[in-house]
Amino acid sequence: MIKLEDVHKSFDGLEVLRGVSFEVPKGEILALIGISGHGKSVILKHVAGLVKPDRGRITIDGKEMGRLKGPEIEALRSRFGFLFQGGALFSSLTVFDNVAFPLKEKTKLSDQEIEGTVMTVLEQVGLRGTERRYPAQISGGMIKRTAIARALVRNPEIMLIDEPATGLDPVNAHTILDLIRSVHRQIGFTGIIVSHELTRVFQIVQRVAMLFEGVIITVGTPEEIMASQNPFVRQFITGEIEGPIQYR
Amino acid sequence: MLKRTIKTHPGKRSSETKNPLSFSAFSVKIDFAFPLERETGRKMMNQREACDRPARGADVSGRKDLDAPMRWIARLGALTLFFLRETGRMGLFLGRAFFYAATPPFRLGQVLKQIQFIGFQSGLVIFLTGAFTGMVLGLQGFNTLNRFGSTALLGPMVSLSLIRELGPVLSALMVTGRAGSAMTAEIGIMKITEQIDAIVLMGVNPFRYLIVPRLLAGIIALPLLTAIFDVVGIYGGYLIGGKLLGVTKGTYFGEMSNYMGMVDVLAGIYKSLTFGVLIAWVCSYKGLRAGFGAEGVSKATTQAVVLSSVLILFWDYIMTSLLF
Repeated sequence: MIKLEDVHKSFDGLEVLRGVSFEVPKGEILALIGISGHGKSVILKHVAGLVKPDRGRITIDGKEMGRLKGPEIEALRSRFGFLFQGGALFSSLTVFDNVAFPLKEKTKLSDQEIEGTVMTVLEQVGLRGTERRYPAQISGGMIKRTAIARALVRNPEIMLIDEPATGLDPVNAHTILDLIRSVHRQIGFTGIIVSHELTRVFQIVQRVAMLFEGVIITVGTPEEIMASQNPFVRQFITGEIEGPIQYR
Repeated sequence: MLKRTIKTHPGKRSSETKNPLSFSAFSVKIDFAFPLERETGRKMMNQREACDRPARGADVSGRKDLDAPMRWIARLGALTLFFLRETGRMGLFLGRAFFYAATPPFRLGQVLKQIQFIGFQSGLVIFLTGAFTGMVLGLQGFNTLNRFGSTALLGPMVSLSLIRELGPVLSALMVTGRAGSAMTAEIGIMKITEQIDAIVLMGVNPFRYLIVPRLLAGIIALPLLTAIFDVVGIYGGYLIGGKLLGVTKGTYFGEMSNYMGMVDVLAGIYKSLTFGVLIAWVCSYKGLRAGFGAEGVSKATTQAVVLSSVLILFWDYIMTSLLF
């Protein structure tokens, strides 16, 4: 369903992606792991069509993102749910209005129908009772859950999830990842998840790809990745200081 | 600056350690990439801390091969290219804004919200500025005209000064300071916190949602604020000239109608209309192109206020020379 072929991207001369290729079949979640700042979020933005590759192709259901224009790309994006690292909630809107935003903007549902849908989703993510609060008045975990609710409210076919558990306490992180798993079971979306919570994420996903210096160095099932003898993968998973990946 | 490189095993593909951002004045390329895309790149550079950031557009300090005069010429060239690039981008931005403003769907709710913010919430500032400006004009005008025994002309002097020049210009400057800066900061923060990306991904056109309502609100609110400024200023002038210094009400307002025509009023309205466009245009543009982090937003806000203010004064001169 999602396919990247030889995707290259540079920003002002800094080569970030150097030929990224992988595929995510329908209904599967792929975990994208790798060192911070090596382009994982950039890959998500490429898939969402927010960033165009310098070279290479990104296709969703056989449709090449780079060739889509105006209404076509808007129609494709309406099938996406994107969970941003920081939530990206609209600070001027309440929790309710944030979740209702995509429905108000892109559907012809009545106010009552919108209210019903939003309240159901808020219930699902455990945020009932906070709908009149603003993002500044809720905790980090609640912001993430609101963002998940907003991403889910239109039943997306494709979910792009950027570091859902970053900055959260272990319980909150577990809750968020568990929520993603249960939603995946319910609606069976196709997704890419970027996360450093390897143990928990590996329980959710079907396959894992590791990005290193702008290329995918390995793809496999969570079990295969855990058993990988690739020194880069091993060091990343175990978090050893000594190894081929070194910081100076 | 802290540098970090990633070492790999001998024989493996090594990461690039040269500064990929160093460039000469002659290699500045015109880039019309969507600002969000450039921002993603900047953010990544921050994360990787792999290289020093260049002074935008005009950094030729790396050109050691050039002697001093040539470096100055190179810098001038780079600045010229930067100016042309920014002008082009701003022109395209305004063109897009007008195109979306003229084509449906129209977001009346958003426009009203912005009118409330730009217009209604600026009311008190405009009232106070107008009142004091009128009072100063009344005082200074009376003292000057008194020397020539022409205090009867105080009304026309105050009203013409306000309606033709001071009303539109000072209103625009005050709105720039109060609402324009907030506009840039709000859009800038929305950009760096990925709220604009979120809007795009929900299939909503950010131009229609963020820029067009502000542009239309500027066009509607500025003439109204200017009218308030003018009226309050004229009464402020009367308060000093009439109530305090003895010019009669009939003389003050009667002479005004003798010396002022509709052309003066219309000129003031035209000016304020264009200032409304200018403020919304510059402040929204700067917000959308704000750099990463708090520093980027504060820099964009300062640039927006300075550029808007200078352009208001410049455009006022152009309009005055064309209209009168």
